Amino acid sequence: MEFYRSHVLVCTGTGCTSSDSRLLLSELTKELKANGLEKEIQVIETGCFGFCNLGPIMVVYPEGVFYCRVNQEDIKEVVQEHFIKGRPVERLLYREPGAEVHTQEFDDIEFFKHQKRVALANCGLINPEKIEEYIARDGYFALAKVLHEMTPQEVIDEIKNSGLRGRGGGGFPTGLKWQFAANAKGDQKYVVCNADEGDPGAFMDRSILEGDPHAVLEAMAIAGYAIGANQGFIYVRAEYPIAVERLQLAIEQARNLGLLGKDIFGMGFDFDVEIRLGAGAFVCGEETALLTSVEGKRGEPRPRPPFPANSGLWEKPTIVNNVETFANVTRIIRYGADWFASMGTEKSKGTKVFALAGKIENTGLIEVPMGTTLRTIIYDIGGGILNGKKFKAAQTGGPSGGCIPAELIDTPIDYDNLTAVGAMMGSGGLIVMDEDTCMVDIARFFLEFTQDESCGKCPPCRIGTKRMLEILTKITDGKGTPEDLENLETLAKTIKSASLCALGQTAPNPVLSTLKFFRKEYEAHIFDKKCPAGVCNALLSYKIVPDKCRGCSLCARNCPVNAISGKVKEPYVIDAEKCIKCGACMDKCKFGAILKG
Amino acid sequence: MGCQCQCGSEKKEDKFAFIDSIIERYKEQRGAMIPILHSIQQKFGYLSEEVQAYVAEKMGVPLSEIYGIVSFYALFTTQPQGKYKISVCMGTACYVRGAGIVLDELEKQLGVRVGETTKDGMFTLEACRCLGACGLAPVLTVNEHVHGRLTKDDVTDLIKKYRDEQ
Repeated sequence: MEFYRSHVLVCTGTGCTSSDSRLLLSELTKELKANGLEKEIQVIETGCFGFCNLGPIMVVYPEGVFYCRVNQEDIKEVVQEHFIKGRPVERLLYREPGAEVHTQEFDDIEFFKHQKRVALANCGLINPEKIEEYIARDGYFALAKVLHEMTPQEVIDEIKNSGLRGRGGGGFPTGLKWQFAANAKGDQKYVVCNADEGDPGAFMDRSILEGDPHAVLEAMAIAGYAIGANQGFIYVRAEYPIAVERLQLAIEQARNLGLLGKDIFGMGFDFDVEIRLGAGAFVCGEETALLTSVEGKRGEPRPRPPFPANSGLWEKPTIVNNVETFANVTRIIRYGADWFASMGTEKSKGTKVFALAGKIENTGLIEVPMGTTLRTIIYDIGGGILNGKKFKAAQTGGPSGGCIPAELIDTPIDYDNLTAVGAMMGSGGLIVMDEDTCMVDIARFFLEFTQDESCGKCPPCRIGTKRMLEILTKITDGKGTPEDLENLETLAKTIKSASLCALGQTAPNPVLSTLKFFRKEYEAHIFDKKCPAGVCNALLSYKIVPDKCRGCSLCARNCPVNAISGKVKEPYVIDAEKCIKCGACMDKCKFGAILKG
Repeated sequence: MGCQCQCGSEKKEDKFAFIDSIIERYKEQRGAMIPILHSIQQKFGYLSEEVQAYVAEKMGVPLSEIYGIVSFYALFTTQPQGKYKISVCMGTACYVRGAGIVLDELEKQLGVRVGETTKDGMFTLEACRCLGACGLAPVLTVNEHVHGRLTKDDVTDLIKKYRDEQ
């Protein structure tokens, strides 16, 4: 076996790949070779570290030096300085927002310091394309333990005792789901992994599949043993090519080592996994719709009961669990239910992965114990709001969720607290909004999404969301009337109670939640014909500040409708009647003399 | 012709022979209609009525069922696509960071609306669902390649880059 004095971890997840980490990787390999260091320093391709906006990311062990935004051109210097002379390259180190000095080591960075990595334990640390690296981190140990030492019922009890709840959105107790499927009678049962991550702004499932695919495969086999199934399906979005590729490779490697397939560990247990690609339909994240899609049909949901645990895929007992849920399973088996239950709050155990995005300094993927406050997430881990702006709200749960306003920033985040404030855990997308985000526009944005993705099977969802979207568009166009708010509320109630599946039942949430916390913004749009955040075009007006205007005439020359007039070297004026609010003048003005509001 | 697929030039028999081979490949797999259509679209770029009718006949299902699947999923298209497919992510993270403005600029510069292809067959403009690259918001993809941290001002160079590759 070769011994290396240093290991360089380079992220090849979707985020860093988009920032050209592949170029960096080939340059690094080339440069190490040119300096005769290829036998001293090992380069390892890993999955996502989570700190995507700093990509491409490179970590050097044993020191744990964290380099960010490394370009191909920087490599020569890194090799010369760090690997030959032993001095980290200062300028490529991470600097906390507002800090003077750089932070050298991975573990000292605020973004990582407050995290607790369970589901993401291996992401960024191992090469996901090598099963040996997963095994070296105790991989497939849990499966071996289950097959050698535990009965299926003991496995189910362990999961039940851990308090693990579904990480895909609903938060249903995982152990209970397994129990139902284990109790159901059937000659054939199925384990299905829901990797149809559709909530905009959530990408933890993709990162787990890209960074630690074997964790999911191992957990699926454990689930198969627990409920008595020998076939698994992973339903993954076709939009995630790297994840699909790594899963395929992982399945082949596991089969070759006898960790999937016939007679696993020689214990007489058979289990195999097939991949099915989603074809771009949000509703297929709903479990009954997902199962119809795996069967090769239009992915329309069907009424429950019967629940999939009794009648699922091809009418056989089936469990459907999310990727992150599965990633927790192997660790629960390995370290015990008590260990898992020691983290989190009374009714929400363990940790949760959040995708932090929007108007925040540090965007990326984080994992924290359940019950962490929004303040810790946004300010300590997230580094605060972009450009020093004011925090307005955080949106969780995607199109099914709601907003948590600034005044509730100290709410401990868990399933029940989020539901209580009218938001939802969902799959863990957490989008931060600042004072420049219009909440009515955001509600309209989500309704546009659900309206478009409504499969059309049941009228409350198909027609109701359409009517709601029309009203919201009317309001943002400045044509809102007082009865609109009442109509929105009535429609929302009907759609929630009468829709067939969760897509419709939760579609009104973004509207209800913004109405609850930001009713004043709706009223400003309707009564004052103003958009306080300055987003809704129809409600804006452009003005030239006479003191700042130098009379250069650039704005007038760029106005497509000749709405700006004046004399050269004297302040110009915008004719509000003619103005079409395109913003061309504001873009062109070199003196910041044009204001909108 | 900007389109790279061989849909126009290929003989009908060759096209059908390819479809036969795909159906043959999946014959053991239960519920394989979506992967079959996916593989065919990857080869020809889109699913024409002729292709759908042929698949229906070979699989022994009504054409309406095939069309039902094709029209249900966003991934399938019944129209020829441009050489470069620009998909602007309209996920929440990209939206709050200005993806809408980038999309408007693309519409303006390419002279097409979302869902349309430029006359020279070079670009198809699409608005797509969250790509999960939220850390780089706003993002778009051109075919498989992801471009992130975009502003309205990057649009001209981006289009030029792909036009110059011709």
